[in-house]
Amino acid sequence: MNLLEWLPFIVLIPLISSGIVACLPGRFWPWAFTLLAALASAVIAALVLPEAMGSELSYPFGNWQPPIGIEYRVDAANAFVALLVAGMAALALPWAKASVDQEIPERQGAFYALFLMALAGLLGITLSGDAFNIFVFLEISSLATYAIIAHGRDRRALLAAFRYLIMGTVGATFLLIGIAFLYMMTGTLNLADMAERLPEVSDTRAVRAGLAFIIVGLGLKLALLPLHLWLPNAYTYAPHFVTVFLAGTATKVALYVMLRFIFTVFSPDYSFVVLPLSSVLMVLAVAGMFAGSWVAMFQDNIKRMLAYSSVAQVGYMVLGVSLVSAIGLTAAFLHLFNHALMKTALFMAVGCLAYRAGSLKIQSLQGCGREMPWTMTAFALAGLSIIGVPTTAGFISKWYLILAAVEAQSWWLVGLIVITSMMAVYYIWRVIEAAWMTERPEGATRLKEAPLSLLIPTWVLVALNFYFGIDTRLTVGASSAAAEALLGVPTGGLP
Amino acid sequence: MTDNGILRIIARFLIPFIMLFGLYIQFHGEYSPGGGFQAGIVVAAGWILFALIYGLKAGLEVIPEKAMYWLAAAGALIYALTGVASVLLGGRYLDFYAFEAFFNTPQAAQQFGIITVEFGVGLTVATVVMLIYTFFVRRKSEWDEVMRGSDAE
Repeated sequence: MNLLEWLPFIVLIPLISSGIVACLPGRFWPWAFTLLAALASAVIAALVLPEAMGSELSYPFGNWQPPIGIEYRVDAANAFVALLVAGMAALALPWAKASVDQEIPERQGAFYALFLMALAGLLGITLSGDAFNIFVFLEISSLATYAIIAHGRDRRALLAAFRYLIMGTVGATFLLIGIAFLYMMTGTLNLADMAERLPEVSDTRAVRAGLAFIIVGLGLKLALLPLHLWLPNAYTYAPHFVTVFLAGTATKVALYVMLRFIFTVFSPDYSFVVLPLSSVLMVLAVAGMFAGSWVAMFQDNIKRMLAYSSVAQVGYMVLGVSLVSAIGLTAAFLHLFNHALMKTALFMAVGCLAYRAGSLKIQSLQGCGREMPWTMTAFALAGLSIIGVPTTAGFISKWYLILAAVEAQSWWLVGLIVITSMMAVYYIWRVIEAAWMTERPEGATRLKEAPLSLLIPTWVLVALNFYFGIDTRLTVGASSAAAEALLGVPTGGLP
Repeated sequence: MTDNGILRIIARFLIPFIMLFGLYIQFHGEYSPGGGFQAGIVVAAGWILFALIYGLKAGLEVIPEKAMYWLAAAGALIYALTGVASVLLGGRYLDFYAFEAFFNTPQAAQQFGIITVEFGVGLTVATVVMLIYTFFVRRKSEWDEVMRGSDAE
């Protein structure tokens, strides 16, 4: 079998495993099987990525040829995102064991089965080349995600999951309506086929409305500023492992689908010229960067603070898109990848903290730096990455974003990026200050350092933040290839 | 509702037909409207009618909760593994022509494939609907018993 035959198994391995994991008893086997499935999926995704650079792979399901049948169509853009999602799952799972054992002591088989379904759904969205198939996978991943968020120990997790369910369903419905409009006008659901047929009918109200519905629906899933309200609560009250996984993957996949529709299905000439999408996205992105960072500065709960920071980071990615240039798109993909690295590392460190300390309020963490030095150092180093200090991954993506803004002659954007980075310094510093610069209050229980099974994966992620801050061949190479694949033109030699 | 004679008799009369109709939809799905999803719902509706009239306890004697859970997973696996089988036989995922080696005609291979897959769908849909019903009707006290039971394992 050549590599193409393995392609669908990136999605199928987690999907099939979830049925098996659901029946496994105890605490060890469900976790071990899930880890194996995620690893296998990540390995295949890693093998597919070099293959997909520069060429498109197409896998017809059931050998029904597209556009009639459903196909998986993989180019540099979605191979990169698929590797990110599967890789993050494989990196988060070794961390999961201790944390999940503490938070969800019972019925772990069902929990891990739902997790695998969410993973398979996200990977399916990424790889599928069929609009309706994307919607179905979006529903699979969303429904599984609501369920795993509701596993949180805090009772407010149920409310957060329900809120996400309502808003997520509205978002998915908008996407479905948009796809239905496009199907009505073109008579096809295959994305590539749709892209060919759209120019003939593009000057109709139905097509314009279709694109608008799709953008709004995906904006909700992406937590773009005015549609972000589900995210802070969902991230705060979900089990820590779920937050770690979602922060690195869920919003990224929604962004990818949005880009796929804007750039491949509709051409950029249409999306950005006929509709004023560029200015709309830029305004929302800048507003998200500011509002997210601003609110994050005043949060008491560390998890909630990082959740608002995620809203701001989504702003950076969308800002790169709104500049409509090869380098802007490269910056968006870079930040998509690097943000997954840094937010996963930060949430892992917070999870280590939560494993020992009951509360995640900043006041109650005073002086914990001396008692849990490894955890808090990991948090600080990952924090450097989110601020964008040189030699970290965060610096690379912000650097490219600034290059893109300079190229577009938008100097004011450079200023805004620097200001929001300063705001990140503040909210990260608040935690550092509480942890290291203040004394532990009298009578507070002594905290033990987190167990190694949590610390080692956390430090692996922190190390990756620095590795990808220095060796950018993989990230920048894959990001510019992804931008090239979406724009359909060679981007030339990027600096 | 267990005491109402009319309901008991009518239900006893109807349930076999509902089940039979469910099976009809299941196995005629490939050339008439229907298929696994619809059939699963109809079969589950038959069971829910039974549980409504004769009580949840009697319903769970027919099919215990554990069995529902296992069958739901098994149905999904039947679907997925049929696809894997076609890959192992050298075709694409869910490419039923790959089963031609075991049948005389390609049509028979397609029919075998689609019936197997739809059977998996029907099994999962029926048991999941039954599970959802069970979750909703159970009282909290009964729930606690179930949770304690699963701890004991």
